[in-house]
Amino acid sequence: MSTVPTVTERPAAAGPLATAAPVRRPTAERRRRELRDRVILYVPLSLYVIFTAVPFYWMLMFALRPAGSTSLVPWPITFEHFHTVWVGAGFAIFFKNSVFVAVMSLILTTFVALLGGYAIARYRFRGKALFLIIMLCTQFIPGAMMLIPLFDIFRTVGLINSLGSLIVADTVFQLPLSIILMFGFIRNVPVELEEAAWMDGCSRLRGFRLIMLPLMRPAIVAVGSFAFINAWNNFLFALMFLNIQDRFTVPVGLGYMLGEFSVDFGALAAGGVVAALPVVLVFAYVQKFLVQGLSAGAVKG
Amino acid sequence: MAMSVKSSDPLVNRHGLLARMRRGSTPYLLLAPTMVLLLVFLLYPLLSIGYFSLQQYNVSQPWDNGFIGLDNFRAMLADDLFWSSLVVTAKWVVVQVGLQLVFGLVLALIVNEAFRGRGLARAVLFSPWAVSGVLTTTIWLLLYNPAVGVNRYLADLGLGEYGTSLLASGDTAFWAAVLAELWRGVPFFTILILADLQSAPGELYEAAQVDGAGRIRRFWSITLPHLRNSIILATLLRGVWEFNNVDLLYTLTGGGPANATTTLPLYVARVAIDSKEFGYGSALTIAAFVILGLVTVLYLKLTNFGREPNE
Repeated sequence: MSTVPTVTERPAAAGPLATAAPVRRPTAERRRRELRDRVILYVPLSLYVIFTAVPFYWMLMFALRPAGSTSLVPWPITFEHFHTVWVGAGFAIFFKNSVFVAVMSLILTTFVALLGGYAIARYRFRGKALFLIIMLCTQFIPGAMMLIPLFDIFRTVGLINSLGSLIVADTVFQLPLSIILMFGFIRNVPVELEEAAWMDGCSRLRGFRLIMLPLMRPAIVAVGSFAFINAWNNFLFALMFLNIQDRFTVPVGLGYMLGEFSVDFGALAAGGVVAALPVVLVFAYVQKFLVQGLSAGAVKG
Repeated sequence: MAMSVKSSDPLVNRHGLLARMRRGSTPYLLLAPTMVLLLVFLLYPLLSIGYFSLQQYNVSQPWDNGFIGLDNFRAMLADDLFWSSLVVTAKWVVVQVGLQLVFGLVLALIVNEAFRGRGLARAVLFSPWAVSGVLTTTIWLLLYNPAVGVNRYLADLGLGEYGTSLLASGDTAFWAAVLAELWRGVPFFTILILADLQSAPGELYEAAQVDGAGRIRRFWSITLPHLRNSIILATLLRGVWEFNNVDLLYTLTGGGPANATTTLPLYVARVAIDSKEFGYGSALTIAAFVILGLVTVLYLKLTNFGREPNE
C-alpha cells in the first residue's frame, strides 16, 4: 500500500513554524508527521483485519481441502465435504427449514413493524410515550430467560416441533427494535409529502403506498435484514422447541455436529460455510446502510 | 383494513387533520398486531414465570408436579452452582463489554479516517457482526482444536507444544471463550460508535486545532464527551446481550470444564433444555431478572445517563 502523499519536494520556503494556522506546508517535518499518522492508522488496522479474516479463512480451508490434508492452502479444492453435510448430515432439509423460518419472520416482522412505526410517528394517541418506553424496556428481556414460559405456551397451543413456534418467537423478539427503527425513519419523512397526496384525493392507504413506501425502502431493507439475520442465527429457541430431526434448522444441525464424539472437521466446516453464506450475502448488501441508518438518529429513539 | 380511513374532505388543513387524528381509533388498530403478539408471547410468559417458580414442574415427570411454595428459592440459595454462576456471569459481562468497547472505539476512530481501501476494510471488520453464536463456536473450535488447529501449526514452527487444548482447563477455557466472543462482538461497538462519530462537531475540531490541541487532546476533550451517552447506552445494551449470550458458551464449552464458564443464563438454559426442571429454572430466571434490573438501574445512576456533555 503506497500511501505516502506524493508532494514534490521544494526548498522549504515555509515561514516561521510558530503560526498554527492549518496551511498546507510540504515540509520534511510535515511529511514525517503524515507518515507517522499513516503508520498509526495502518498497523493496528491491518492487525485487526487479520484477526477478523483468519478465522473465516480457517473455516473455508477446512471446508475445501481434502480430508486428512494438513496444507494451509486448500488445494486441490474438493467439494466432498459439502456433499457430506448436504446429503449425509441432512443439511438440505435444515437449510430449507431455516430459509422458511427466516423469510416468514422477515415478512411478519417488517409488516407488523411498518404498521406500528407508522402509528407512532404519524398519530397522536393516548399511551404513545408509554408504548415507546415499553418497546425500549423489552430490549432488556433476555431470550434465554423466556425458554421455559414460551415452551409452555407453545406446548399448550400445539406448536412444539412446528416451525411456527420459531417464526412467532423470532418475530416477537425482533419486533420492538424494528418498530423503533421504523418510527425513527418515518418521523424524519416530512408529513407534508403525504398531505399533498391526500389533497389530491388519495386515501391514507393509497398515499402511504404511493408516497411513503418508495421512500421507506432503506428502512424496510434494514429492518428486514435484521429480522432475517436474527431468525437465521437463532439457536436456543430452535433447540428448545424443535426435537424432530426433520424440523431442525441449520444452527441446530451445526450444534449437533459439534456435540458428536468424533467430529468430521471437513464436514463441520462445510456446514459452517452453509450457515454463514446467506447471512454474509445479506450483510454485504446492508452493511453500507448500517452506519447511515443508525446515525440518522434511529437508535436514540 | 386498518389504514382505510378515507379523507372525505380533500381540503383538510393541518389543524383539522390533527384533530381528526386525535379522535380516530386508527393508531390503535395499527398497533393491534404488535400488542397482541407482545401480550401473548411476551407479557403472559413473563408473568407465568412467577407462577412456575412456586411449582414443582418437570415435563418429564408430570406426576410430581404441584405447588411447593418457596422450595425452589430455598434450593437455589443452597445451590453452589447458582452462586458460582453469578461470579462467572459478572466476570464474563465485565471483561467482554470492557474489551469490546476499547477495541470497538479504537477501530471506529481508525475507520472514520479517510484512507484508501476504507470501504473494504469496513466491510471486513463489520462482517463477524452477522455471525451466529453456533457458527462462532464452529469456527473457533477448528482454530482451538489441538490436533488440527492453529496450535498444531505453531508447534510445527517450534512455538508451544503439541496437543495442548485451551478448552481443557477452566482458566484458559474462559479466556478462549472471551477471545472467540470478542471476535464476534467488537463490530457492534465499532458500528454504533462510528455512526455517532458522523455527527461529531466538526467546527470544534477545527477550533481546537487552531488552538494547537493535539490529536490525543482533541480525543479526550471533544470526541469522548460527544460519544458519552451513546457509549453508556451501547455498553448497557451490550451488557444485557452478553449476559444473555448462551449460544456460544453452550456449544463451545458447555459451561465447563468444572462449570468454570457456566453463567447464570447458561445454567437456566441447561436446566430448561437438559433436565427439564421448569419450576427450578423459573426460580433461577426470577433471580436473573432481579439482578439484571438492579444492575441496570445502578449503572444508569452511576453514569448519569442522559446528562449533556460538558454540563
